[in-house]
Amino acid sequence: MSVGATPDRFQAADVDGAHHREDNYLLASSGLGSWLVTLDHKRIGVMYLIGIMASFFLGGIFALVLRAELFTGQKLFLSEDAYNQMFTLHGAVMTFLFIIPSIPAALGNFMLPIMLGQKDVAFPRMNLASFYLWIIGAVFFLCAIVFGGLDTGWTFYTPYSITTSTRVILALLGVFVLGFSSIFTGLNFVVTINTMRPHGMSWFKMPLFLWALYATSIIQLLATPVLGITGLLLIAERALRIGIFDPELGGDPVLFQHFFWFYSHPAVYIMILPAMGIVSELVAVFSRKHIFGYRFIAYSSIAIALLGFLVWGHHMFVSGQSQLAAVVFSGLTFSVSIPSAIKVFNWLSTMYKGSISLATPMCYALSFIFLFTIGGLTGLFLGALSTDIQLHDTYFVVAHFHYVMMGGTLVAFVGGLYYWWPKMFGVMYNENAGRLFCLIVFLGFNLTFFPQFIMGSRGMPRRYARYVEEFQIYHQLSTMGAFLLGIGMVGAIAVLIYSLYRGKKAPANPWGAATLEWMCSSPPSLHNFEEPPAVGDPYNYDNLRYDEREGGYVVVPGAAKKTSSH
Amino acid sequence: MTVAESTHEDGHGHDHPEHLAHHFQSPRQQYDAGKLGIWMFLITEILFFSGMFCAYAVYRSLHPEIFTDAAKELNTMLGAFNTVVLIVSSFTMAWAVRAAQLSQKKLLVVLLWLTLILAGVFLGVKSIEYGEKFQHGLYPGMFNRFAQEQYPEATKAALSVYVSTEAPAPAAEEGAEGEAHGDSTATGEETHEGEAHGEEHAHDDHEHDEHAEHAEGDGHHGGAEGVRDIHIFFGIYYMMTGVHALHIIGGMGVIGWLILRAHRGEFSSEYFGPVDFTGLYWHLVDLIWIFLFPLLYLIH
Amino acid sequence: MNLLSTLSLLAEAGSLFFTPSNSVFAPEVDNLFDLIYWISAFFFVLIVAVMVYFVVMYRRRPGHSVQPSPSHNNVLEITWSVLPSFLLVLIFVMGFTGYMNIRTPPDDAYEIHVYAKKWSWLFQYPNGAESSDLHIPVGRPVRFILESEDVIHNMFVPAFRTKMDCVPGRYNEIWVLADHSTGTGIKDEDHEPTWLFCAEYCGRDHSNMKAKVFVHETGDFDAWVAKAANLYEGRTMAEVGELLYKRKGCISCHSIDGTRKSGPSFKGGFGTAHKMADGSEVVMDENYIRESIRDPRAKVVAGYEPVMPVFPSSRLSDKDITAISEFIKSLK
Repeated sequence: MSVGATPDRFQAADVDGAHHREDNYLLASSGLGSWLVTLDHKRIGVMYLIGIMASFFLGGIFALVLRAELFTGQKLFLSEDAYNQMFTLHGAVMTFLFIIPSIPAALGNFMLPIMLGQKDVAFPRMNLASFYLWIIGAVFFLCAIVFGGLDTGWTFYTPYSITTSTRVILALLGVFVLGFSSIFTGLNFVVTINTMRPHGMSWFKMPLFLWALYATSIIQLLATPVLGITGLLLIAERALRIGIFDPELGGDPVLFQHFFWFYSHPAVYIMILPAMGIVSELVAVFSRKHIFGYRFIAYSSIAIALLGFLVWGHHMFVSGQSQLAAVVFSGLTFSVSIPSAIKVFNWLSTMYKGSISLATPMCYALSFIFLFTIGGLTGLFLGALSTDIQLHDTYFVVAHFHYVMMGGTLVAFVGGLYYWWPKMFGVMYNENAGRLFCLIVFLGFNLTFFPQFIMGSRGMPRRYARYVEEFQIYHQLSTMGAFLLGIGMVGAIAVLIYSLYRGKKAPANPWGAATLEWMCSSPPSLHNFEEPPAVGDPYNYDNLRYDEREGGYVVVPGAAKKTSSH
Repeated sequence: MTVAESTHEDGHGHDHPEHLAHHFQSPRQQYDAGKLGIWMFLITEILFFSGMFCAYAVYRSLHPEIFTDAAKELNTMLGAFNTVVLIVSSFTMAWAVRAAQLSQKKLLVVLLWLTLILAGVFLGVKSIEYGEKFQHGLYPGMFNRFAQEQYPEATKAALSVYVSTEAPAPAAEEGAEGEAHGDSTATGEETHEGEAHGEEHAHDDHEHDEHAEHAEGDGHHGGAEGVRDIHIFFGIYYMMTGVHALHIIGGMGVIGWLILRAHRGEFSSEYFGPVDFTGLYWHLVDLIWIFLFPLLYLIH
Repeated sequence: MNLLSTLSLLAEAGSLFFTPSNSVFAPEVDNLFDLIYWISAFFFVLIVAVMVYFVVMYRRRPGHSVQPSPSHNNVLEITWSVLPSFLLVLIFVMGFTGYMNIRTPPDDAYEIHVYAKKWSWLFQYPNGAESSDLHIPVGRPVRFILESEDVIHNMFVPAFRTKMDCVPGRYNEIWVLADHSTGTGIKDEDHEPTWLFCAEYCGRDHSNMKAKVFVHETGDFDAWVAKAANLYEGRTMAEVGELLYKRKGCISCHSIDGTRKSGPSFKGGFGTAHKMADGSEVVMDENYIRESIRDPRAKVVAGYEPVMPVFPSSRLSDKDITAISEFIKSLK
């Protein structure tokens, strides 16, 4: 095991000579060029991380501008047109550029091969291609923003998207290209997990994060092509008026909604499943308990992935689809809630009789459970037909999906980032600062979105630049929350960035985790492992002991049944 | 293109064969990964086309009359010829895979060339077909003369985006798109059609008569004339065949690249993955055509 | 149901989450909301309480270490999968029955046609009356037939607890039976109307596409609709023109205060010369107004797109056009 060979902090390593430089993927070669053409999954993951964080801050600025404008019901500083563009771009940037690639493409890319004890993903060139497709897609989006904006909502509903004068085609090309980026990542992960699991790691000995990524990849492979063709058809519709979606030419605008949601509902699970995978890792590691109900969690990921394909119609309860379809989709929608509930119960049971550390990643995991539970339960109001009719297209829906996607995915993503940060960059962040900003994010988030449930059920429609006075108090609370949340997020990221310059050197295994990525040095060497690591139970912590000299956990062979091959 | 990934080479694979990437343990593992990868890719391709098949199914169930009548406008003979061309090319491709597995380098190169030529023939015939449609004013979407007859106002308003010189915003958009991407069908076609459309107006009346005669000669019931929303069929027809043709072009690119590598003698019974995977892709493209042909040409 | 209403009284969730309702199926919707609310509250409190308890009890501290406990228990897993399922079935069935009530209008319903367009509402009553705000009778089922002229809109009346998309190229329907009036008399000032919103994003003025909902006593409604049908009685031509300006949607593109919208403002336009897109100058008079309504593309004011729809005589009579001209004339 290469635990002892941890290199120095990478900033200092320049003076250490060639030997150490080879040990550290960050320093294995230098210069911008070496990054741009790298085939190393870790560097691609880091580049993805930078890209999606930039997108996140862009989308976040849009969000804050929106919330500021909504402080009163009258015009403050945005015209209606500007407001409409702003909420469209917030939604589109957050969905397509940030949340969908966030966990799989950044954290997944970095961790998946290492968790399998491998040197790389199956197709490293395709991995790099996927990153560049992401860049191209982002450039299309930026072009759309610069050359006239986009005001269709991220959902591109026809016929509005056919007739508006904003840059729909550019944005759709962006979506199309990003879709391929997503497909390539998913394909890579499925093949890597299927064919490159190390000897001794059967399906049910995989870390749950990998199960979650696997389920996510399946959805990416099956749903994204449909989005691709939908985008292409809409481009053709807009440019040529082929008449499929355009009622002015005999087409059916509701058909577009079916096409769109056939992708976009499963896409919700592309966003949340990897987050659940991260929380499964965090809860077990920071409770030092074997995860409870491993198989049920793994199966529930697959169940969510498959059921997620059958519920898209619940976005169209008030579009005039047949009543039978509405009833069927409502029933199927409820079935998705069971596997999600199973996971929550299992996480709680994992904590039972554990030794729970409130390190920052665990704080985010607990925060996730709290927020995701609200997000999930409010889904019941929207799945039930009669209440959905009242709540559809109101702020209740806005609050619901922010609780799931932001309270769920984003919080888990930041938690995962804190958890794997020492591994990725070889430095420890400041624990107290990390916890403080986690708390601010938690409070700000609830202040932002809980009032939205109330105004939504009281009838406040979404996507409104102006509103009637009775909703003002809720909007003002929400706006104040949004700025608190903004401070929390900036702080959380600043803590991590600060650690790059001032952080302590990280040990190979600071948390005492048993998954394979903690068996290599922090940060990992270019090829991750000098020799293949021994595969054991990913949730058995019995043979890990804290080592003062190392500052982290080390494997003590013989402490439990787990054996090492050397 | 995905098959290329499995051939990633690495500087320090001393005991590895040259074609084995550093992160795989054995050629077997590398081959399996490639095989699974291409199958996954083919699944996404099928789903990609399935969106258009769904649109087809929806509109055919809503308006069966559009499809039976519009299909008469298509040239079944050319379609059938192209079907045969693709089936033969599938055969030469399959044989090429066999040749690669048996290390028959010369035969492999010949067969790949044959496949490439047959694909070219397919595209040639396809462009003749498109040209024929265009002559009859059967353009996609709003340029289609049936659409213009049925929805004069809507098509006129939509066309003004392209025709009018005083619409700076849409013109800018078109320009930006044209620059921004070279590979999209939709906009590529669109500019082409935009030009063609100007000439079309001049011949409009003449063609109309000619077409009506042709339809009457058909005996039946007026051919495509008088049926509403017939342009939707052509919208779907152009999308399906256009996207399929793009896949043919992509496939030709990959086959060309295989020919280069086969010349260099890279393929042998030890290492033939890329040929095998391209073959699978080619068969899928062929298979999709075998579905498209009866669905579009043979509805009666 | 008794139990449910008791619960909702206890909780007062209603007063926080709902505005007062005004339809016969609204209580059913609100009761289901309350039921789900209490089920959710129960599970949420349970989950968070257990979580906090575990964090406090088993927090990492000197002298505390992990205690053994099983890592799986199939009986437990199946229990917590199956038991909530029964609740889900209950919620589903209640939602389904409530939905069928919301979606099934009685046969004898009074019918109102709803035309949605960017960005205004037009309600058309059986006797030919039209209005830009909604007026309905109390205690009588009303069926709405929804149409859209351009993009998708959505008619949403929070007090009715119902909404439905207005999709171009097809008809959708909803219905309501209001259970109390919003005031007495036929004047708008005597009522406290509720809101009707457009709930499907439809472009620039989506958030301004709202209308007021007046629920009249039966006699009042008959009087109102009779008066509304006879547009010209008791009004000057300019007043009728102003009504038409709002109802026919002119308001969405032509301002009367000089603001530039998709079309030129009407303010001070009458009798003055305007530059056209083709370079000519035209004085705005009755004939020009008439031509612009019947054939909007004939003369387009310079700097504007030719986007105005045609209004044939079936939608705007010659008399109506005269009224609109008078209205424009009155805008100095």
